[in-house]
Amino acid sequence: MAVLKSREILEQYRDSLKVGRGDGKKRLISLCAGSGCGAYGTAKVHEALTGELAKQGLQDKVEVKLTGCHGFCEKGPIMVIHPEGIFYPQVREEHIPEIVEKTICNGELAGALIYKEPSSKKKIAYEHDIPFYKLQERIIFGNNGLIDPTDIDDYISVKGYSALEKALFDMSPEEIIDQIKKSGLRGRGGGGFPTGIKWATCRRHEGARYIICNADEGDPGAYMDRSLLEGNPHNVIEGMIIGAYAIGSHEGYVYVRHEYPLAVTNLTIALRKAREMGLLGRNILGSGFDFDIRISRGGGAFVCGESTSLMASLEGQPGRPRAKYIHTVEKGFRQNPSNLNNVETWANVPLIVSNGADWYASIGTERSKGTKIFSLVGKVVNTGLVEVPMGTSLRTIIYDIGGGIPKKKKFKAVQTGGPSGGCIPEQFLDLGIDFDELAKVGSIMGSGGMIVMDQDTCMVDVARYFMDFLKEESCGQCNPCREGIKQVLNILTDICQGNGREGDIELLEELGSMIQKFSLCGLGTSAPNPVLTTILYFRDEYEAHIRDKKCAAGVCKNLFHYEIDLETCTGCQLCAKKCPHEAIIGKKKEPHLLEQEKCIKCGICYESCKFGAVVIK
Amino acid sequence: MENTVNIEWDKINEIIEKYDMDSESLLMMMQDISHIYNYLPPETIPVLAGKLGLPQTLVYSVASFYKTVSLEPRGKFIINVCTGTACHVRGAEKITEALETRLHIREGQTTEDQLFTLEAVRCIGCCASGPVITVNQDTHGGLDRSSVLKVIEKYGEA
Repeated sequence: MAVLKSREILEQYRDSLKVGRGDGKKRLISLCAGSGCGAYGTAKVHEALTGELAKQGLQDKVEVKLTGCHGFCEKGPIMVIHPEGIFYPQVREEHIPEIVEKTICNGELAGALIYKEPSSKKKIAYEHDIPFYKLQERIIFGNNGLIDPTDIDDYISVKGYSALEKALFDMSPEEIIDQIKKSGLRGRGGGGFPTGIKWATCRRHEGARYIICNADEGDPGAYMDRSLLEGNPHNVIEGMIIGAYAIGSHEGYVYVRHEYPLAVTNLTIALRKAREMGLLGRNILGSGFDFDIRISRGGGAFVCGESTSLMASLEGQPGRPRAKYIHTVEKGFRQNPSNLNNVETWANVPLIVSNGADWYASIGTERSKGTKIFSLVGKVVNTGLVEVPMGTSLRTIIYDIGGGIPKKKKFKAVQTGGPSGGCIPEQFLDLGIDFDELAKVGSIMGSGGMIVMDQDTCMVDVARYFMDFLKEESCGQCNPCREGIKQVLNILTDICQGNGREGDIELLEELGSMIQKFSLCGLGTSAPNPVLTTILYFRDEYEAHIRDKKCAAGVCKNLFHYEIDLETCTGCQLCAKKCPHEAIIGKKKEPHLLEQEKCIKCGICYESCKFGAVVIK
Repeated sequence: MENTVNIEWDKINEIIEKYDMDSESLLMMMQDISHIYNYLPPETIPVLAGKLGLPQTLVYSVASFYKTVSLEPRGKFIINVCTGTACHVRGAEKITEALETRLHIREGQTTEDQLFTLEAVRCIGCCASGPVITVNQDTHGGLDRSSVLKVIEKYGEA
């Protein structure tokens, strides 16, 4: 293990890594081992692949790399074969012999396994031609598919730690802060506060300053931070060291969710390697600057994503927020000046230092610079992580990159910003998303969750879902949040069960405004957003639930029933076979009948009918 | 449920020392202890408090505040159904219903044979693969109400 005692040694080391790497001759098979692909069985595919390569005597000619998340999680497990960039989606063990024989041995494509674009049905062989990737600008996330997160050499060979080198030897702390300010970088955790200003304020306050990375990604539906930490931990570490140098801090923490075991493992390995090589600890790269990072695992409390709660949790206390009369940059962790940024924010830092503030500021909109990684999930064809310049329209993300709504269903709304965000209807699909535009329509950027909803999503139920989430996660310190959310949830539950009353909508609006105004922390003040935006844009759904006792989406069980449309039913018997309660009767090729008293409204018939004959009434 | 766990105090001490008896690491110590017993045996609370020089009330308060710590015994396999937004709109509720029916328990409960505990987790970040469950450290994605039962069966046999 080389110890990098100076910038020259780091450069020599980087040069030495070029031998045998990236010369375009040796084949590299990159297999995604992120949590998403892992859930689809990467481990088995990897075992089969290494076994098959050994069987063919190819183990020395081909390198197999288990990488972090490639982003196209819908199609996992993903395999990309370099140098060509041949893309194989949904790889299973049984596909391995064919891939090895055709692509590795003979240099041809395994035709049957190539990605098929769902709308055009066209086969696309190369990663860079696939619309999902082609329309993205992956300045942060791009390296994920190329490096093994447990191998620091991989990161160094893609210019890793060169920004740190530049920062430590060619720039003063003030110059770095100035660059971050000029770049226009704003906090990616949700608030969108200008990062450079935060750093400068923290630096002004005296005391043992702390650097904190917020990896307590609690927003349900968002997982870009997890994927960055799992897939490219050194990028985040490098950003933190630069920040520490700029702010004048010698101790840093990463507060990461206990529910992200792979992120914890990969980060632990990365920190150890960086320490062993002299990139962390005393006298980093011989510059005289000391800084080290420790990991703290969170306990599954959503409120700990809030900075003051997170710092309380770091101190070993229950994670309860406090009022921010004094900001954490002045008195935070251990009552000392503390600078907290989100994972993605830290990951942006090395890029800005390397390429300069002007380059960074040329990407994005006037007041929101750079790119943003969104987790595009829910009712959308291509789910996954998408990195686009700020200002990209919702339509581009959902339709051009995301491939639209599956099963020819109708788009209803997109939810951004997690439980603190809102639901945006179809009329705003051409909105170029950045911090300010999202706020204008009543939602927020949040950490970048983007949950697409279709005609089968009930907006009242969605509001109820978020209130149920927030009721559990409210820390209980302040009345407006603790009691207010509970009452809002009670009213929404009544509406969803068919017990809604006239005046409920107005009461929800009144309660919502009270919670917004008087709660202690960000969790409470933003909690009513999902309710208020759904009332604003989908008031008719609320009214249908309350007045007509109808849930047109077929979600609220007391407010709808399934029927079989006699005209459309072909009598194929598929629904009758699938029904777990034998509630569907009818002879073959004759219209079927659904017996209401037996039906439990599980929706299996509705989902399985290929002719749309099962309808919601 | 009466507690029948036999606590190996050597291991508990080892965990406390691994974190240099640092009271700021209390939550992580609790998580490590839970990893051994699948819950935090309440008997460990006075010991943690004593060793770290903290009031028992604070230790208890930390244990009850965080979701990753349970003071109730849990089964050999802890099933966590992800109820994040993406899984919710893709039918996580149906997964929970199917599991409740099969295991004859409600969310938050443990089967009589102590094999399974059924819990809900607020997003494990596998949103593209939803609905998702985790069984201890394993993640299973792209489930529906019948495939989830097959997953559970495998653990039952093991």
